Amino acid sequence: MKILDHAERADIFNEDEKRVDWHDETLWWIRQKRDKSAHQIPEWENLRNAASAIKSNTLSNLHDYLLEFEKNALKNGIIIHWAVDAKEHNEIVHRLLKEKGINKMVKSKSMLTEECHLNEYLEQNGIEVIDSDLGERIVQLAKEPPSHIVLPCIHKKKEEIGELFHEHLGTPKGNADPQTLTEAARVHLRDTFLTRRAALTGVNFAVAETGEIVICTNEGNADMGAHLADIHIACMGIEKIIPKREHLSVFLRLLARSATGQPITTYSSHFAKPRDGKELHIILVDNGRTRQLGREEFRNSLKCIRCGACMNTCPVYRRSGGHSYHNAISGPIGAILAPNLDMKQYADLPFASTLCGSCSNVCPVKIDIHDQLYKWRQVLVKEGYATTAKEIAMKTMATTLSSPTLYKIAGKAARTTLKYAPLIINNKFNAWYLQREMPKVPKSSFGEWYKINRKNNE
Amino acid sequence: MKVALFIPCYVDQFYPQVAIATLELLENLGIDVTYPSSQTCCGQPMANSGFEHLTGGCNSLFVKNFSGFDYIVAPSGSCVLHIREHLHDENEPELAKHIAATTYELTSFLTDILKVDVLKSSFPHKVGMHQSCHGQRGLKLSQMTELNAPDFSKPGQLLNLVKDIELVELDRKDECCGFGGTFCVAEETVSVKMGKDRVKDHAKHHVEYITGVDLSCLMHMEGILNRQQSPIKIIHIAEILNGVKA
Amino acid sequence: MNSRDQILAAVKANQPELTLLPQLDSFFQGQETALIEKFTQVLTGIGGKVTVVADTTEIISLLKANYSLDQIRVISPLSTMQEIAINAIDNRHPHELQNVELAILPAHFAVAENGACWLSEAMLLDRVLPFITQHLILIVNKIDILPTMHHAYEKIGNEHYGYGTFIAGPSKTADIEQSLVLGAHGARSLWVFLI
Ligand code: SF4
Repeated sequence: MKILDHAERADIFNEDEKRVDWHDETLWWIRQKRDKSAHQIPEWENLRNAASAIKSNTLSNLHDYLLEFEKNALKNGIIIHWAVDAKEHNEIVHRLLKEKGINKMVKSKSMLTEECHLNEYLEQNGIEVIDSDLGERIVQLAKEPPSHIVLPCIHKKKEEIGELFHEHLGTPKGNADPQTLTEAARVHLRDTFLTRRAALTGVNFAVAETGEIVICTNEGNADMGAHLADIHIACMGIEKIIPKREHLSVFLRLLARSATGQPITTYSSHFAKPRDGKELHIILVDNGRTRQLGREEFRNSLKCIRCGACMNTCPVYRRSGGHSYHNAISGPIGAILAPNLDMKQYADLPFASTLCGSCSNVCPVKIDIHDQLYKWRQVLVKEGYATTAKEIAMKTMATTLSSPTLYKIAGKAARTTLKYAPLIINNKFNAWYLQREMPKVPKSSFGEWYKINRKNNE
Repeated sequence: MKVALFIPCYVDQFYPQVAIATLELLENLGIDVTYPSSQTCCGQPMANSGFEHLTGGCNSLFVKNFSGFDYIVAPSGSCVLHIREHLHDENEPELAKHIAATTYELTSFLTDILKVDVLKSSFPHKVGMHQSCHGQRGLKLSQMTELNAPDFSKPGQLLNLVKDIELVELDRKDECCGFGGTFCVAEETVSVKMGKDRVKDHAKHHVEYITGVDLSCLMHMEGILNRQQSPIKIIHIAEILNGVKA
Repeated sequence: MNSRDQILAAVKANQPELTLLPQLDSFFQGQETALIEKFTQVLTGIGGKVTVVADTTEIISLLKANYSLDQIRVISPLSTMQEIAINAIDNRHPHELQNVELAILPAHFAVAENGACWLSEAMLLDRVLPFITQHLILIVNKIDILPTMHHAYEKIGNEHYGYGTFIAGPSKTADIEQSLVLGAHGARSLWVFLI
């Protein structure tokens, strides 16, 4: 089966223009809330600089910080596991559950487990997983992946959610009131929290100095799950480490403001020790991160704190939808993380951008996202992942543009036939014209005009 | 002061009037302007598509054409950004660096180098300013709404010197128009949707003209406006500053 | 080589040259004004309620006026709340807290810039209590409102807690079309008393 690329998926998303408008407006509203919140903090840009510098230091000393974290966490009674890839991560989770004879688990938001496709894996092994974040639960019921890292069901209309809840949770048919639906989910998931012996959560920050992890939610679902379970499994990429506890101040000031414009998430919970008689496991996952660490140009993508701001601001994301990125992490950051996992499969993503740069400006850890998109394009082309037609077109263009004579001939031909514009690739020659008029054709080029009107300069 | 005029390829081919306006504007400010006639393109369309490694020929030609001037000025933020960030020449590394550093986008050349504070032109129309991303976020021609930093706008500062012009405030002051080089055809659907939305914002504020520092964006929006048979016209900022007979 | 060593070796081989950590001193400057007002404004903005009271007696009478305390389960570790709450719970069975209607907890301090209150395990009775309770009451000393998160972590220092949490407002979600709904999985309301 051919995997649809970003442009093809965007075409599908755009079949309903009203819906695109709604999606765009909703996310733009969140971007505006972010702006308002950020603009209330005079030291905002300094905070971003500090966050970025802390993350630079972390990456430059990650080896020692990981050891320090491990040492302190062990001292606190936490059990540490290491997974080189998604497969090993999934197997560890499965083994932990099996050892305890557990076949039902509640899970709060963790993009890492999406990246590892943990749910599918566990289900194949007979373990039921219930996502407890409301948005994640909604997409889970709809059998879809999340379309946004912070707002998993941002692409769904309340009427569709009402339908889903009617079908699965027995809410009245036709009821699409967010208050009612949320209440129904609260009741349904409370029951889940109270009956699950295992809870899996993600990790927002892991502090090397103290061996503690910090998990941020608005709903309180991570805490509800973790505190009521016999075993709490927390999964994190190795880049989630920060050196010191005091650094949390910088990140917690930035995270929620960047994500939704809130001053802080409702809950920022610090887990330093398991509760009496219970177990706390942390799985440290590589899955390509050490490779990305070694790529100088793309290393900074590991600074990401998963706030989602780059998605909310991205004019392409807002109009193509999260699923168009066909990757667990969508949007601009997804487009620079995904090719590291699989260049061939995600070769389209770095091209799904106008390189407008808004993402880099909102990013709380100042990742040079749009520059990395540009650099990925160069790498992907060199590695042979550009389509042949595009390649030929580009070579023709390169030859033409580096030769003044050829250029003049080509230009003349273009103006008379309108079949050549330097911006248009061969294989989709008419794509400009589908919904746009071509520029009007002038009598002569500027070069020709100049020759006649500024003779003495020649 | 010796200035070379750098006219991006599509401007040369499709919008000669903008190149003429740029030339006249600079000449009227007393600048000695030359247009090196063997220039072609900065290489950006290729580089942005991932083919920067094929731009060597373009680069050497650029260096050859534009050496020996105090400044190189172009009516395009996007092409200038590309030169600033990516121009290099293995044989002439220092020269290439110097050329990259002295290449200016027109409006910032007027505000930062020439420090223009009077203009004779008048433009009695309602105008919306399109902030092209490469000019704004790349060359920092104006403040970006994402940042918590003082407001400024080099093109805006110049437009305010034009008599009788009425500049509107848009709902989304600096959203991308969706042109994006090859993006405009490779991602045709999203590109057009972005363009339509941008144009709608201007229309909502009843502009007669959309102006900006980058013709690529304007060309894209013009294509959409014309397809919609909209009365709104596009005009490059050089034409307004030079005093076009609209 | 096991996975741990393999990952650590790859990290070591690929990490760049050491860069310095930034100084955070500047973030402490120029922040100390009208902390009670700021805290109240911010927390109210995110769905919480703030009341300044003279003493615990006033809290008790306010709670009596707002809840039918004799009909609901009220839990608090505070001896001052003994009149209206019980402080003994069975830690081995946190599930048993599911019918708690009101939890009255002390917070170590509050943060003005974001309306958050810091609670740690020692004062919680049970980790799940502030989440599982339908409504949450927090009590903070007026003088313990700090300007920013930097001051907050300075205050926490290297305290050895097993668990600690910042709570800013009631549990909430906006996952359905960005409509804000209070009371997702945790407490439906938060009322902070400043003494
Ligand atoms: S890349 Fe930056 S803006 Fe995007 S999710 Fe990560 S931290 Fe947020």
